[in-house]
Amino acid sequence: MAAFLVGIVYRVLKWASSPVPFNIPTTCGQQKSLGWIKPSWIESPYTKLGVAVRMALEILLFRSLFRNTRAEIRRDGPRLLYFEDKWLWLGTLAFHWSMLLIVLRHLRFFVEPVPRFVFVIDGVDGFLQIGAPQILISDVVIVVALLYLLQRRFADPKVRYISLFADYLALFLLLGIAISGILMRYFFKVDLEAVKQLAIGLVTFSPTVPASIGVLFFVHLTMVSFLLAYFPFSKLVHMGGVFLSPTRNLANDSRMRRHVNPWDYPVKVHTYQEWEAEFHDKIKTADLPLERE
Amino acid sequence: MAEAPPKREELVQITYSPPPGNWQNTRVEFRKGTFCYSAAAKNVRYLGMPNPRDWQPFEEDWKLPPDWKEIILKGMKERLERFRPFRLFMDICVRCGACADKCHFYLGSADPKNMPVLRAELIRSVYRRYFTFAGRIFRGLAGARELTEDVLKEWFYYFYQCTECRRCSVFCPFGIDTAEITMMVRELLNLVGVNTNWVLEPAANCYRVGNHLGIQPHAFKDSIEFAVDDVEEITGIRIEAPINRRGAEILFVVPSADYFATPHYYTLLGYLMLFHEIGLDYTFSTYASEGGNFGFFSSHELTKRLNAKIYAEARRLGVKWILGGECGHMWRVVHQFMDTLNGPADFLEEPVSPITGTRFENARSTKMVHICEFTADLIHHDKLTLDPSRNDHWTVTYHDPCNIARGMGLLEEPRYIQRRVCNQFYEMPENTIREQTFCCGSGAGLGTDENIEARLRGGLPRANAVKYVRGKYGVNLLTTICAIDKATLPTLLEYWVPGVEVGGVHELVGNALVMKGEKERTTDVRGQPLRPGKEAVINA
Repeated sequence: MAAFLVGIVYRVLKWASSPVPFNIPTTCGQQKSLGWIKPSWIESPYTKLGVAVRMALEILLFRSLFRNTRAEIRRDGPRLLYFEDKWLWLGTLAFHWSMLLIVLRHLRFFVEPVPRFVFVIDGVDGFLQIGAPQILISDVVIVVALLYLLQRRFADPKVRYISLFADYLALFLLLGIAISGILMRYFFKVDLEAVKQLAIGLVTFSPTVPASIGVLFFVHLTMVSFLLAYFPFSKLVHMGGVFLSPTRNLANDSRMRRHVNPWDYPVKVHTYQEWEAEFHDKIKTADLPLERE
Repeated sequence: MAEAPPKREELVQITYSPPPGNWQNTRVEFRKGTFCYSAAAKNVRYLGMPNPRDWQPFEEDWKLPPDWKEIILKGMKERLERFRPFRLFMDICVRCGACADKCHFYLGSADPKNMPVLRAELIRSVYRRYFTFAGRIFRGLAGARELTEDVLKEWFYYFYQCTECRRCSVFCPFGIDTAEITMMVRELLNLVGVNTNWVLEPAANCYRVGNHLGIQPHAFKDSIEFAVDDVEEITGIRIEAPINRRGAEILFVVPSADYFATPHYYTLLGYLMLFHEIGLDYTFSTYASEGGNFGFFSSHELTKRLNAKIYAEARRLGVKWILGGECGHMWRVVHQFMDTLNGPADFLEEPVSPITGTRFENARSTKMVHICEFTADLIHHDKLTLDPSRNDHWTVTYHDPCNIARGMGLLEEPRYIQRRVCNQFYEMPENTIREQTFCCGSGAGLGTDENIEARLRGGLPRANAVKYVRGKYGVNLLTTICAIDKATLPTLLEYWVPGVEVGGVHELVGNALVMKGEKERTTDVRGQPLRPGKEAVINA
């Protein structure tokens, strides 16, 4: 947990320590220009509010992925063909949101008294009211979503070609954590009081190890610990990085407000005077104005 | 130098299944037609850049400096500390693959290293090896790769097969922009003298003479006077086109192709006619006779060195503000970089249209206005008499230049103008226009015949969308506001979709503009006869 926090803070500070020398938003809509032309205030934001909304859409709803299509060129013609392809968007959105819900639900193990919103989440999550304990939608969704993301890495030749060991590692780790958690909840019941005792002990730095917790729990815990420790050194830091992305979090106002480059330095230029001296005779013959006759 | 382009049937044998094995160990084959030749030593030397020498990419020995590896790694370290985008984009990619089929080069070549994600992994793997904890310890397992000469060659091949069009960054859930990565790698390659002549010769010309084509002051004047004669022939009106005139209200900067290449030249005629008609107080400059900036395809430093001339000349001539012509990457630099690089432009005034009184508040700091913003404002205020039927021989579609769409967001102005100056205007399919526009495949310094195969492949998605509107509406003119598009799309369209010409927005404005005291027009600005019968309508 400490490695996770320190690691993430370190990574974010490291990014933040490099300045953004130029104002480089990717404009995905009409700029703000003439008064009678309707600007696209979110896709090409020119105000702080616009940027905030653009970022919120990006982070909460994965706006850019929502644009996704599949394209290929067919040899007959040739023809460029487009296909709708929202599966990646849906799969990742489903995974990330259920992940968030699950993390929030787990607060009940660490905090005493348990905050009200955790019960609310539990209630909403279990609204299907099937089985006892009730099946939580997020548990089902996260496993399905992870399996989809994993099969995609195997099934799509393009994605398989670009995938690294780390990409599979992250997916398997998350799957392992989710499945071991689900097993504990529905099949091999774990003494929750004991778990909470352990968790609170850990959070308050006075751990006690109750005897009544099963092996499965420690498998779950080990994988979570590994994930947390691994997180800051892996691509999973995209969680923090997305907030800093200069093509999304800057306003398209670069002709309205000057953006300063902190490390700007003077460069060698070909001055007008040098230029005129070099082309003096030609300028004179062409009867164009000169600074020095 | 130029290779005969391959046959269409051969080029479309595209299979989107990656080769066996993993990508880390494949070597680049420098097959003619897919890469650009090296920069001539004289150009490298003139610009004062490192390691001028004679070498070619297809040779085994690239004559790198003995300590090339240290130079590159030191350069990487510096840039990681200076550019947050670089550091961030090295870290946060999750290889989801959403960008893969968004790249025109990938779509047209199916070369997996043209997927933006893998293009970036070419340097990310090296970043991990030398700059991350996991990469240093776990090497290959952490996706890290040694920096070798083969890797450097691969960088050269693939980062000069990226047009910095930013289409992938529209679709990336983290906004990772391959253009930023390409710029960084090209900076690094330049540190050891690995660069192309197609980029550095124009840059050297621009530095010395004032424009990419190396047109000297007297030839510049001849060229403009030639255009003035042409305008007289078409309209019967003798106009003025001032050059280097102190005290003019506006400095007008265009890409040099506008006064020295076709079809750009017809756009120049359009500007000249428009400025005469509204009585604009402006001047051209021979010192700052280039709006484009091939420095942008090498390094930020070279960008700044070339771009400096525009503000310097505006100050010397004592103008109030600057107006810029139709060009793509020029506007990426002007809109997102110029003020930062060479500002503040506090010696200029906030741009105000002298005709309509409109304040261009969106340009209040940089003080440079796009010609399409300027003209759209004129038309909106009814300051021009237009006869769109004089463009009836054209069925028009509009190609959004990448930089204008994704690095500026100027989408509506050119459409507004064109809907007022021509009667037949049709959009290409929505996945291929506006922020999703497809690159011509020749931007960022790739627009030569040397790499014609790569260009034809990269241009296929764009050309295919043109083919669609040609079939559906009979489009015979593609307009655009980018000088590189105008220079390279004619070749690509002739190859993929014959029968479609390329032109500029202000070419159509020139045709439609009814000028006071003009003679009855019988031709358009290209000298082609207007449709019979139209003249009668105009005079009715």
